[in-house]
Amino acid sequence: MRSEKPKGRDGGLVQIERTIELEIDGRAVRVPEGSTILDACRKLGVDTPTLCYADNLTPVNACRVCVVELEGSRTLVASCSRKAEAKMVVRTESERVKSARKMVLELLGSSVDMSATANFENWCSRYSASPERLGTPPNAPAVIDNDLFVRDYAKCMLCYKCVEACGDDAQHTFAIAMTGRGGEAKIATEFDVSLPDSACVFCGNCVGVCPTAALQFKREHDLREAGEWDESKQSVTKTVCPYCGVGCVLELHVQDDEIVRVTSPSDSSVTDGHLCVKGRFGWGYVR
Amino acid sequence: MIVLWGSNARDTHPIFFHHVLRALKRGAKLYVVDPRVTSTARFAHRHLPVRVGGDIALANAIARTILAEGLENRAFIQRATEGFEAFEAVVREYGPEDKGAISGVDPALVRELARDFATADRAMICWTLGITEHHHAVENVWSLINLALLCGQVGRYGAGLNPLRGQNNVQGGGDMGALPHKLPGFQDVEDATARAKYERSWGATIPPNKGWTLTEMFRAMERKDLTALWVIGENPAQSEADAHHVRSLLTGLDHLVVQDLFVTKTAELATVVLPACAGFAESEGTVTNSERRVQRVRRALAPPGQARDDLWIVAEMSKRLGRDFGAPSARELWDEMREHSPLHRGMSYDRIEALGGIQWPCPDEASLGSSFLHGRLWEEPVQGPKAPFHAVEHRDPAEALSEEFPLRLTTGRRLSEFNTGVQSKGLASPLVKDEAIEVSPEDLAALALREGERVRVRSRRGAVIAPVRVDRGLPKGLVFLTLHQPESVDTNLLTIEATDPRAGTAEFKAAAVRIERCE
Repeated sequence: MRSEKPKGRDGGLVQIERTIELEIDGRAVRVPEGSTILDACRKLGVDTPTLCYADNLTPVNACRVCVVELEGSRTLVASCSRKAEAKMVVRTESERVKSARKMVLELLGSSVDMSATANFENWCSRYSASPERLGTPPNAPAVIDNDLFVRDYAKCMLCYKCVEACGDDAQHTFAIAMTGRGGEAKIATEFDVSLPDSACVFCGNCVGVCPTAALQFKREHDLREAGEWDESKQSVTKTVCPYCGVGCVLELHVQDDEIVRVTSPSDSSVTDGHLCVKGRFGWGYVR
Repeated sequence: MIVLWGSNARDTHPIFFHHVLRALKRGAKLYVVDPRVTSTARFAHRHLPVRVGGDIALANAIARTILAEGLENRAFIQRATEGFEAFEAVVREYGPEDKGAISGVDPALVRELARDFATADRAMICWTLGITEHHHAVENVWSLINLALLCGQVGRYGAGLNPLRGQNNVQGGGDMGALPHKLPGFQDVEDATARAKYERSWGATIPPNKGWTLTEMFRAMERKDLTALWVIGENPAQSEADAHHVRSLLTGLDHLVVQDLFVTKTAELATVVLPACAGFAESEGTVTNSERRVQRVRRALAPPGQARDDLWIVAEMSKRLGRDFGAPSARELWDEMREHSPLHRGMSYDRIEALGGIQWPCPDEASLGSSFLHGRLWEEPVQGPKAPFHAVEHRDPAEALSEEFPLRLTTGRRLSEFNTGVQSKGLASPLVKDEAIEVSPEDLAALALREGERVRVRSRRGAVIAPVRVDRGLPKGLVFLTLHQPESVDTNLLTIEATDPRAGTAEFKAAAVRIERCE
């Protein structure tokens, strides 16, 4: 016979939250223990560029565009993954930081088609980055092997987000991974087979986290090809998935009275920003 | 510890399963109870391949093991429950090697689950249709409740009993009184005080007696007591068991109104079809998910053609029937409902939005809702009624296997498809394959069939033709079909209408069939 008072009786939800104070660009900021420098920057409203970071994935430190200067550290640190510590002194707009971000943007923009990446142009002008001085990215046709989403690897910056979302950060399907070395490195299915022949279950969680539109809804791809994709004409409406009883929050992106993309907010306690094939792609019947 | 019982959540509730996966990463243990080695079972620490219909025998064997090893929570049982003695007397017979063996599960696995469940700090049992689509559905659920009561695995955060809802508002429909015996907020329709509250508000008289369940409605159609039917967003001509019989009853009605987005098979039989809006994208309102979380749906698209909001249709219908409600907005109706339902009273649209949905009960605007129920069972002394054990015995599926029908047919769902396919038909998922009768490798060999060969599957009620596919996750003697593609494989021609008298659920999970070669 066991004792009658098990743990978790009061909800198991109450946690005492300790906070720490650090300094960013000369300003003091207090954040919960366990926060990153990026969290602290955001709390202060310090606009920090990120590409490989997402709120619902474990940081992989691939892109380096969020680097900041940390007093006492030999190298710049990635703000998205470095945990904030008490008494840290951080600079986000020092010459060193600006020059590093500029170089990152130029290297990326000269090797990858960043034209569909949100904010990329703004960041380039903010950091006086001119990717074209290092060359222009190579072209490659998009891979279209199914009717749900398209892989346009000319736009792939190898940020790993799709691999993480397909893997143990969310979906646990492990259909894609990095393959090849050096300049040959790319994201691929096992033996580079087509998606329908791979382990892919078409949840589209890779599409949901892709920062460069290397992964696109088929409809989005068609509209972009036709020159009709226009985010300024799109509305985003929050609603709930019409299928099973989990109640996933959907954001319907609508252009000209047609759903063109479906996402889920990463702060939803139900989805953490992830969906299944029906939620992400199963809305065809409303038109 | 998580027990998924009769649930293939990896495919049917994929985002719920993400939460399970996160728990597994943090060290939780997963047991899956399912006759098939499903994609869910492949993630489990232990898979218990229960025989179709053997759930009560298994639950009782687990209970018997817990009692035999003294792992029950005696203090909880004494303080918070009743009916323990009768329950104990029944499960005593279910030793894993004795009557418990009816479950078909290896006694060592039974004991392992029993020990882990009883000794876990927090253990949760989640189930789906594998438990409820049986002619003894309610008894199946009771047998699981018994386990939670036996170990005090209920009424605490992270413990409990969790039926995973199959449709986005099946919980909300019940909460709002779309049940034969309930008013909104689960108030009894036969309770005059509850009724009076609504009658004052609605300015109408509510019939004082409970109505019919879906299955009772079909019986009433047989008796000609029910001659007119208004079907809203349901496709019974294809979704109900024993489809031939159901269709003849629907055809025999004097008047059939179908309100739907599509001209479904049911709508084809209708006298009048009322084109409706898509709830999640073309209208305003709320839905309630499996964790009792009320969330908003919103209009993102203009509805096509003559399609009208369900709310508009109901209000117009009411006007024509002599009671003019005007044209209330979804929000106004919600606020009226909140006034009368204490479970929902604190859920204003603004708070639902601000809190990312709210789980009932939420009695006032200071409440943040409740992440779990039945916490009162841990109060000293317990407030309100004690939680009852139900002594339940194993019962065989309604239709026994015979020489003529030697195979057990069970039905289920696939990841990319949904119910009778009305919504998911337009989804061009590469995962969708033509519906096929899935058989074990042993049965394929025993029947001397080739994969892909078209066969006739026959039950006492009808027959369908389908290609054969091998599923290595099926045990010998069990075959599997879904209801997703009724145009090509009308599975419900085979299923049996044996229903649970309390829940009205038919035994979709267990029919007896045979497979014939098509020459």
